[in-house]
Amino acid sequence: MNPRRKKRMLAVVAIIFGVGSAIGLTLYALQENINLFYTPSELIDGKGEAKEKPFVGQKLRIGGMVVPGSVVRDETSLDVTFKLIDTGPLVTIKYHGILPDLFREGQGIVAQGTLIEPDVIEAFEVLAKHDEEYMPSEVAEAVKGIKHVKPTYNLNSEN
Amino acid sequence: MIPEIGYFSLVLAMALSLLLCIFPMWGAYTGNLRLMRAAPSLAVGQCLFVLVSFAILIYITLMDDFTVAYVAHHSSTSLPWYYKITSTWGGHEGAILLWLVMQSSWTALVAMMSNSLPWVLRARVLGVLGFLGVGFMLYTLWMSSPFERLLPYYPVEGRDLNPLLQDPGMIIHPPLLYMGYVGLSVSFSFAIAALLTGKLDNTWAKWSRPWTMVAWGFLTLGITIGSWWAYSELGWGGWWFWDPVENASLMPWLVATALLHSLASTEKRGIFKSWTVLLAITAFSLCLLGTFIVRSGIIVSVHAFATDPDRGLFILSFLLVVVGGSLALYAMRVSEVKSEGRYKLLSREVTLWANNIFLVVATLIVLLGTLLPMIHKELGLGSISIGVPFFNQMFAILIVPFALLLGIAPFLRWKQNKLPPLARKALGLVASALLLTAVWLYSSYDTVSALTFIATALAVWITLGALVDIFEKVTVEKQLLEGFKRQSLSYWAMILGHVGIAFVIAGVTLTSAYSVERSVSVKPGDIALLNEYQYRFEGVKEIRGPNYSGHAGVVTVLKDEQKVTELYAEKRLYDVGMQFMTEAAIDDGFFRDLYLALGEQLSNGYWSLRIYHKPYVRWMWLGGLLISFAGFLVVADRRYRKRTQNKKVDGVIA
Repeated sequence: MNPRRKKRMLAVVAIIFGVGSAIGLTLYALQENINLFYTPSELIDGKGEAKEKPFVGQKLRIGGMVVPGSVVRDETSLDVTFKLIDTGPLVTIKYHGILPDLFREGQGIVAQGTLIEPDVIEAFEVLAKHDEEYMPSEVAEAVKGIKHVKPTYNLNSEN
Repeated sequence: MIPEIGYFSLVLAMALSLLLCIFPMWGAYTGNLRLMRAAPSLAVGQCLFVLVSFAILIYITLMDDFTVAYVAHHSSTSLPWYYKITSTWGGHEGAILLWLVMQSSWTALVAMMSNSLPWVLRARVLGVLGFLGVGFMLYTLWMSSPFERLLPYYPVEGRDLNPLLQDPGMIIHPPLLYMGYVGLSVSFSFAIAALLTGKLDNTWAKWSRPWTMVAWGFLTLGITIGSWWAYSELGWGGWWFWDPVENASLMPWLVATALLHSLASTEKRGIFKSWTVLLAITAFSLCLLGTFIVRSGIIVSVHAFATDPDRGLFILSFLLVVVGGSLALYAMRVSEVKSEGRYKLLSREVTLWANNIFLVVATLIVLLGTLLPMIHKELGLGSISIGVPFFNQMFAILIVPFALLLGIAPFLRWKQNKLPPLARKALGLVASALLLTAVWLYSSYDTVSALTFIATALAVWITLGALVDIFEKVTVEKQLLEGFKRQSLSYWAMILGHVGIAFVIAGVTLTSAYSVERSVSVKPGDIALLNEYQYRFEGVKEIRGPNYSGHAGVVTVLKDEQKVTELYAEKRLYDVGMQFMTEAAIDDGFFRDLYLALGEQLSNGYWSLRIYHKPYVRWMWLGGLLISFAGFLVVADRRYRKRTQNKKVDGVIA
């Protein structure tokens, strides 16, 4: 092998090594951080054809409607629990902190957190979209079984 | 009647744009100078008609013309006049019109300031810009006209501007961001024109560079202000969420940053030519991709306000035409390009090349994290989201070699360098950076994690490197002032940009590591402690604004029994939409922000209150400002100034 070839060889090996480790690292980080989305019924009954249920300790996202009357606030701390529903079973969400401005009973929300019991999630983030007509599209699809369409504005009735 | 004039004006603008896209291109192809000469006036003409159209939208919004759907959906009579103006870009249709205003203004500006370009190139640049203009105007007229009427049944009151958007940050954030996005279309047009002409020499890079710099400066400013807006308005003290919409603006920025470093190499040394062209194409394509992501509603985001699948389809098709067309052209022409310069491993060329690699890898990571959920869902595999830690981990890994290179970048010369003096200098710098960081962090905080230490040391290392380089360059002259003057503005811009990055790194690191927050429930008179500050809750008082009412939690902040400030954390209820909004109270400072947000009223007179102590959070926006200023500074450099001065006179006359 002449020196020129050797140099090229080294460069190629370095590039392959670099690209390989970059891809490896990326995939590893991805695998750690993909959060699946569930609705309350999928969480309880299983998701998809295979009826896959999440395991306790899994990080996930859940979306559903806040069951009216289910919001319980702790008197002294900022702990709050509420229940989510879509079409069937209920799932309990525990959260510590101040809920978003548009969090209301009967409203669609998305929460991110860890499954601590088969039907209880400890959420670290609760999202409610800043639009009174908004239903997170994932929730809308799950509840109605249809794709989210742009809401038609009903301005005329305001008169 | 007036809204129809606005629409018609846009139709005329599109007709002129169409001519701009056909005539000069045909002229350049056939060598017909008369056709090419038509380009500047067509460019200015289409700009005027777009401006008329935009002025009309502002006028009808100020006049509360609720027969126009856009005004009825995004404004109301009680909205203050300045927010009425900003409501013209608070919704989708208006935002796209603002985009058009920017696009046509850039086109007109290029037309007026490109006198020194050969006609063949000038005509082609303007022709490509005209083509892009036609695309966006067609989109506006066909799918998203802001002048559509709600006749015969129209409301007496509008639905008001989303309260989140009623903020000073929102007044300037979108125009700046669009200036950046659309500015990159100029770099794109230069690249395409150069490909068409077949002359990819360093003069092309020289012309393209100031435009790219300005566009990049605006993009930087737009992102910075967007982050600041999210921080002060969303009420949870976050400043970057790796949200698809944010990623959509970050990707073009990363590529544009790579582009301007690569442009420098092409201009100065005649290398990386085809790569530079590819970056210019990519940067603008990512702008279009960002628009597609934001507007199609294909990704769930906290920021996307108006979405529509048909519109997404149009933008996607336009994106495919632009990307496909330019890549095909690139593939045809790239084999003719020859690199001129030769260089050794230890040279400025190689560091710039490495800079490009890191930035492109960073872009790919963001792209992967943004598009994967979308692809996953479209393939029917279910809905997923990529967690924030993914991006954080990847960027934490990437930033280390990137910042290490950045620290020594100023010392390196073109072609080749000798290792021993460089290594000596680097070692000295590393030692002093580590020492300084240790003193800084251990004197302020009890615990310092390894990652925090490394990242802070990197920021210090970049700054020290810049300072040492300034010192060495300036002291070449006997007179210090002479030494300062001798350096070109481009040099100062580089230093400023790099120090800006150091500020961003330090700000992000320290605020992530040492921010603390407490959620408390308090009644009047209660004191909450956080770090060295005491927060005394005085009670809640009623407030009344022009279009909202609500409560303000009054909090006195004390430090060592001394009053620091009084803060009013508001909870507003907007009249029209009946939406609640938290308006955080912020006491800002160079070294720390105190941030308060009022929560709900609990039972028996208690209120929930969230308190944040955020050290060094301002540094990252300061860094962003420095970086964008650097972009604007380059344009004032003597090399470009001589040319632009002539043009300025023309610009005023025109």
